[in-house]
Amino acid sequence: MIAELGAFSLVLALALSAAQVALSAAGRIRGSEPLRRAGEGAAGAAFLAVLVAFGALTVSFLTSDFSVANVAANSHTDKPLLYKVAGVWGSHEGSLLLWCLTLTGFGAAVALTGESLPKGLKASAVATQGALGVLFLAFAAFASNPFLRLNPVPVEGRSLNPLLQDPALALHPPFLYGGYVGFSVVFSLAVAALIEGRVDAAWARWVRPWTLAAWSLLTAGIALGAFWAYYELGWGGWWFWDPVENASFMPWLVGAALLHSAIVTEKRGALVGWTVFLALAAFSFSMLGAFLVRSGVLTSVHAFAVDPARGLVLLAILGVTAGSGFALFAWRAPAFAPGGVFAPISRESSLVLNNLFLAAATATVLLGTLYPLMLEAATGETISVGPAYFNLTFAPLMAAAALILPAGPLLAWKRGDLKGVIQRLTAAAGLAIAAAVLTYALVEPRKAFGAVGVGIGAWLVLGALAEVIERARVGRARAGEVWRRLKGLPRGAWGMTLGHLGLGVFVLGACVETGWKQESAEVLAPGRGLEVGGYALRLDRAGAVDGPNYLAERASVSVSKDGSTVCTAEPERRFFPAGGQTTSEVALCFRGLSDLYVVLGERRATAAGEPGWLVRAYWNPWARLIFLGPLLMAAGGLVSLSDRRLRLGVAARRAAASAKAEAAA
Amino acid sequence: MGFLPKSRTARRRLTIVAVAAPILAAAVGLSLWAMRDAVVFFYGPSQAQAAQIPPGRTVRIGGLVETGSVAKNPDGSVAFTVTDNTASTRILYRGDLPDLFREGQGIVAQGAFDRSGGFEAKQVLAKHDETYMPREVADALKASGEWRGEDGKTANAPDGAAAAR
Repeated sequence: MIAELGAFSLVLALALSAAQVALSAAGRIRGSEPLRRAGEGAAGAAFLAVLVAFGALTVSFLTSDFSVANVAANSHTDKPLLYKVAGVWGSHEGSLLLWCLTLTGFGAAVALTGESLPKGLKASAVATQGALGVLFLAFAAFASNPFLRLNPVPVEGRSLNPLLQDPALALHPPFLYGGYVGFSVVFSLAVAALIEGRVDAAWARWVRPWTLAAWSLLTAGIALGAFWAYYELGWGGWWFWDPVENASFMPWLVGAALLHSAIVTEKRGALVGWTVFLALAAFSFSMLGAFLVRSGVLTSVHAFAVDPARGLVLLAILGVTAGSGFALFAWRAPAFAPGGVFAPISRESSLVLNNLFLAAATATVLLGTLYPLMLEAATGETISVGPAYFNLTFAPLMAAAALILPAGPLLAWKRGDLKGVIQRLTAAAGLAIAAAVLTYALVEPRKAFGAVGVGIGAWLVLGALAEVIERARVGRARAGEVWRRLKGLPRGAWGMTLGHLGLGVFVLGACVETGWKQESAEVLAPGRGLEVGGYALRLDRAGAVDGPNYLAERASVSVSKDGSTVCTAEPERRFFPAGGQTTSEVALCFRGLSDLYVVLGERRATAAGEPGWLVRAYWNPWARLIFLGPLLMAAGGLVSLSDRRLRLGVAARRAAASAKAEAAA
Repeated sequence: MGFLPKSRTARRRLTIVAVAAPILAAAVGLSLWAMRDAVVFFYGPSQAQAAQIPPGRTVRIGGLVETGSVAKNPDGSVAFTVTDNTASTRILYRGDLPDLFREGQGIVAQGAFDRSGGFEAKQVLAKHDETYMPREVADALKASGEWRGEDGKTANAPDGAAAAR
């Protein structure tokens, strides 16, 4: 019964989304307030209907209703509660339903909260969002229905892939989809602006909070995914330049560019066409990502729930949506009025440079990701593009962007004073260079690239701090004045500082971890040990333990430094009978910013012939920063967002006050 | 400078082009240069035999791990055979195999042939999803006429036997 309710709600949501398009479009064309309101109501109702469908699928998973094919394929009665819930979005059908839920949710949010938007623009945006909803809901309802029944009903389900049974990965898809689909709002606003033929500061002020929200969620989602890859896959790596990873990274890069260009459009009315273009591109890249991940056209180590035939439908949706968006852009954008003029040395110019670097970096990632497809289509040869390509192309472009980054916020709008900026950043630059030189000279083994990376990371962190110091006049004004200024800084400024700081922290972590990580692996009998990164590890014992839905071997490895024990690592090797799959449960020993990473491998005989276990250990210096950095960036986005909300409220109140004053007059 | 356009908008456009062009050129140049070294070709065992790959060049070999072929050497290395059921390649790998490495499973090994014709892998990739076959492996099997379909690939409609496992 529950599944039928879900299937019905899904089709109902499709009908409501179609009504949303028709009513909003009619309301826009006729200029009718009731029709517009009805369209907004339909947007809210469509969200509620998808919510009911999503709830129905969740209930089916919670009650292990194996008569539903999707539940039977992805769940198991023994599975812990968290992963029963996570199983809802662990499959192709379920993840598409989550996508639809997020899409209609954002649509409803625009429809019900966008009071300060111009009426025509809002109606067009709601209609566009509804059209996106129609496409994806139709796909879900007709080609990818999660509520199909099975007959005969199996006694037991096939369980969720054990690698996905992990807290970080259970939360990863909702965050990632929040980001991916959050860009749909920006897309709809861009299409609406193109239809209305007008882009102004108010439009940009609306685009920014949505971009910030989507980008922050995407940042957190990617960080969760990287953290999962880091400790669940047991390879000690966190980023492989795999197509599936790139698929999520490209919308992130475009979103970052959009965040910055929208500032210029909002504050100075310039870069209008470019901002609209990026707004269209961000969601197009999100859909490209969904297509690449779901269709399996590119070989990836992270491919789950792959289905080539339905991947083609996603490609068709991508073609229709992005195609019509960009066609509209080509038709209407040339008519946009060029915005404010700025000098070559100015805040605007620095943001343009930032956008150029981000766009070029996105293009190189796109080329590296799609090149195997293009070559195969052209010559039939099968290739893969490895990390070396991305290290050679992406890294230098981002390094160049990082070098100019701290100068940007210190430059004035319109015409900046380069000499003054250089003076203010001398200390930061000096310290960063000193950090790089000292790293190169003192840290063994000597790594030139690692040292450069440390220098860049330090430059970003110090540059972000220098900007706050400058704004608050630390060291030049009295303490009370400094405090007053710090308190007076808008949240948006703090958000920016946090974001840039997070980038610096990430660069530091990534470069130190990549440059100086150590690895050691040995077959150990109980009582024997190995050494890595200055720590001595001893395998105390290993034995069998039972989990809720798996059998495991757990080792107890004591870690000591200079003779004193610092922690006990308990890595596991789990066997899941439901899928016949083995996974490694890594033990992490937090040592300040660094990790000691211990993996229990298979049972093997040692060189001396004793029974033993393969134990692999990594020393990952500053690995903590790799995940802390993105979290800081996401937090920065949220802090900025709280500021925007406030300002939107102020703008609306001001508008209301002036309207009241007019009415009184 | 008389050759610069007089209109302010045109000058501005020229400045943007002057800044953008070197960055884009650098990006394109870097991409082409990096693409030469970073591209790794993929072969099935029979294609690898036919292609006469020079020793030392990094390539990927993909196929099914032949049942009964996995030998664990005392020095910690592992030797196994991947096959597309027409030809096979013996692979030596020093390191810990991924959890999903099993006999009969499709895998991809990245490494190089040595002078004696053996393949030494630097990296062995098995997929996270037990029902997922790397597309190259599937294509290589199709090319050698050994394609038998992927078991349980349509995750949406499990047959009774698989579901009741």
